[in-house]
Amino acid sequence: METKQHDLVIIGAGPGGYISAIRAAQLGLNVACIEMEKALGGTCLRVGCIPSKALLESSEHFHEAQNEFKNHGIGIEGLSLNLKKMMKRKDTVVRQLTTGIAGLFKKNGITHYMGKGRIDGPGKVILEGKDEATLECKNILIATGSVFAPLPGVELDGDRIGTSTEALAYPEVPEHLVVIGAGVIGLELGSVWKRLGAKVTVLEYMPNILPGMDAELVKHATKIFKKQGLNFKLGVKVTGATKDGDTCTVTMEGEESITCDRVLLAVGRRPNTEGLGLDSVGIETERPGIIPINDHFQTSVPGIYAIGDVVRGPMLAHKAEEEGVACVEGIVKGHGHINYDAIPGVVYTHPEIATVGKNEEQLKEAGIEYKAGTFPFMANGRAKAIGDTDGFVKILVDKTTDRILGAHIIGPQAGDLIAELAVGIEFKASSEDIARSSHAHPSLAEVVKEAAWAAYESPMSI
Amino acid sequence: MAIELKIPSVGESITEVEVGTWLKNTGDTVAKDEAIVEIESDKATVEVFAPEAGVVGEILKKTGEVCTVGEVIGYMEASEGAPAAAAPVTPPAETETSSTPAPDAPVAMPAAERAMAEAGINANDVTGTGKEGRILKEDVANAKASPASPSASSNASSGSFRQEESVRMTPIRRKIAQHLMSAQQNAALLTTFNEVDMSAVMNIRSQYKEDYIKKYGVKLGFMSFFVRACIDALKEFPAVNAEIRDENILYKNYQDIGIAVSGKKGLVVPVLRNAERMSFAQIESTISDLGKRAQSNDLTVDELTGGSFTITNGGTFGSMLSTPIINPPQSGILGMHNIVQRPVVVDGEIVIRPIMYVALTYDHRIIDGREAVSFLVRVKDCIENPTRMMLEI
Repeated sequence: METKQHDLVIIGAGPGGYISAIRAAQLGLNVACIEMEKALGGTCLRVGCIPSKALLESSEHFHEAQNEFKNHGIGIEGLSLNLKKMMKRKDTVVRQLTTGIAGLFKKNGITHYMGKGRIDGPGKVILEGKDEATLECKNILIATGSVFAPLPGVELDGDRIGTSTEALAYPEVPEHLVVIGAGVIGLELGSVWKRLGAKVTVLEYMPNILPGMDAELVKHATKIFKKQGLNFKLGVKVTGATKDGDTCTVTMEGEESITCDRVLLAVGRRPNTEGLGLDSVGIETERPGIIPINDHFQTSVPGIYAIGDVVRGPMLAHKAEEEGVACVEGIVKGHGHINYDAIPGVVYTHPEIATVGKNEEQLKEAGIEYKAGTFPFMANGRAKAIGDTDGFVKILVDKTTDRILGAHIIGPQAGDLIAELAVGIEFKASSEDIARSSHAHPSLAEVVKEAAWAAYESPMSI
Repeated sequence: MAIELKIPSVGESITEVEVGTWLKNTGDTVAKDEAIVEIESDKATVEVFAPEAGVVGEILKKTGEVCTVGEVIGYMEASEGAPAAAAPVTPPAETETSSTPAPDAPVAMPAAERAMAEAGINANDVTGTGKEGRILKEDVANAKASPASPSASSNASSGSFRQEESVRMTPIRRKIAQHLMSAQQNAALLTTFNEVDMSAVMNIRSQYKEDYIKKYGVKLGFMSFFVRACIDALKEFPAVNAEIRDENILYKNYQDIGIAVSGKKGLVVPVLRNAERMSFAQIESTISDLGKRAQSNDLTVDELTGGSFTITNGGTFGSMLSTPIINPPQSGILGMHNIVQRPVVVDGEIVIRPIMYVALTYDHRIIDGREAVSFLVRVKDCIENPTRMMLEI
């Protein structure tokens, strides 16, 4: 078996892995990246963020054509859905991006190994699969990401009862889709199929959807989604999901079971460390499989690092990217930067939901005195013009210093609007700083400015 | 058309200088030959003048920055017509709103700027804790609550009775400090004293002052007598006029007498070169001229270099007695003091005479006690009996 030498071997070519590889190459390291899937980009590019956003876009267009166009004076006859074509478009987007990563690897001189990487001692990774090799290196970076979390009783068959991977590729629009879990993934994919014509029921163990998010935001979102036709059963414990031919049955505690034709299990994800060889180096994981690291992303073994979904923190692609860059820069330059308070999270439903920093409940629990500034999209010129006025921007600031502690948005383009506030938190800005920065008129961003004024003093346009 | 403002030559051996006060700033109008900036060297301060009328442009070197002779420190634009048309010159006109902060002013977030403007606080008085040291709104609030710098215009009652102010030493001051330290550390300095009855000189002065001023246009002072007396004594005791160079004693056959005067920026010592060849009147008028120009900072570097012996007069400030420090590499310095009417004994009788105490600080490495004392006695004798100088006895 061949032995290859590298400065850094990265296991996993998802957002965490491939960004780390590119950064390391930029800093002059001899980098290798091992990926077991044929296509690069990890869960995010292949069966996560990207395909879901493509379908959300397509399905939203369909929904608007069906329900909103007439408000604009646009009449449509014979509106039809070609699901195959919609899926093909999604596949094209994914393929374009995954080949793009391959291109970036070439451009940066990153050695790409296809296969499974198994650690076999400090500085040693065995490549398993079609090609086999022993990779010797100074440093190993684990970026193996996450896989779906199972639920006892839910019998996955990779078809009728499946995870997000299946839900991104149903061959036909379900008649009735039951979604187990009202988190980000469940809501996004539930929205897709609802728009395309399915009946969707969402089951959630907690008493509210989007557990952990700002309560006011969640209350507003729930109202909107219900209006959109999503059926919610909150505070229920799913005990099982089974299939019989094309029919599925979902059982719950204290509730009547539901029959449907598709079940989407979306109760969360857990770190992927199977077959990684962690015991060969004595790395012990913490439930549910998290690899412990220090502030510099070092594991208990010198020379072995870990980032992304496989370590603590929100399971977000951009969080993995930030960690990857910080880790690599730490290895090469001795210091890397990451501010976990400034990492936004987005739910790509319609309206979009986006948050960064702390929510009101967290501030209350920490005993921090804060002030909230809120402004509705309803009062914004651009929102009115585009006919998308549901939602608001809420900015939470420190009562004494006016420092922005958190921001929560539900409304059009929330996922983009949150960027300004994430930058603000990064720069330790006060709401007054945002309020005193010019925002174009008419734009949705003005809602952010107005919310900032509301937090600082009082809003202008209400 | 941009004119370069360069560091002028300030003296033979000087290659490095410090930029002093900018008398004019970017955008100010200047007339031809008007001073724009002061340049400080170890010995003197010189000014850079506007070669043409115009407007000062970009300033490249700030006060305190060290530059070399010939270096471009700024630009100006010559203007046609009267400098009264003060159109502000355009350094790169970017999106300029309020006054551009000084290059070193810390960056402030928008809310912080508003807060500082409202409170009348300067950015330099605030400690920034934001990203890369940016000043945050809360930093301004903290600065207001507990003003850090004592020089802040604090109307707070406490703290105004114990303030301190740190002022940077000018280059000349630094050089003087260095110079004096080296004198103290290298030479074996001792001081010997004597007293001088000034009545003879004072009589001569009152007798001939009208004629003197009529003929020479300058007043007849004391200094010329002392210079002549010192020259006489230096000729008799050449070690006092000598200098240690490495392991040798350098004897000179000329007497360059330095006269210590208080200039604008500190003590300076212009030199009477070959004073032994100067007439009384020449000595007197040269001293007068040097003194005037020391006051207005107009001495050239060459005039301040050299000297084989120095005379200093603390008496002008009321000093009765002191121990002057030598001006290296010289080996001796005469200290003059104030003239006080004192009761002394002459021929067994108590009389009132105008007495000046004189001091000679000398480098004992090459001047021994007897020489030093005898030198001073000779000076005393020449002053008390000026005829001796004429007769050379």
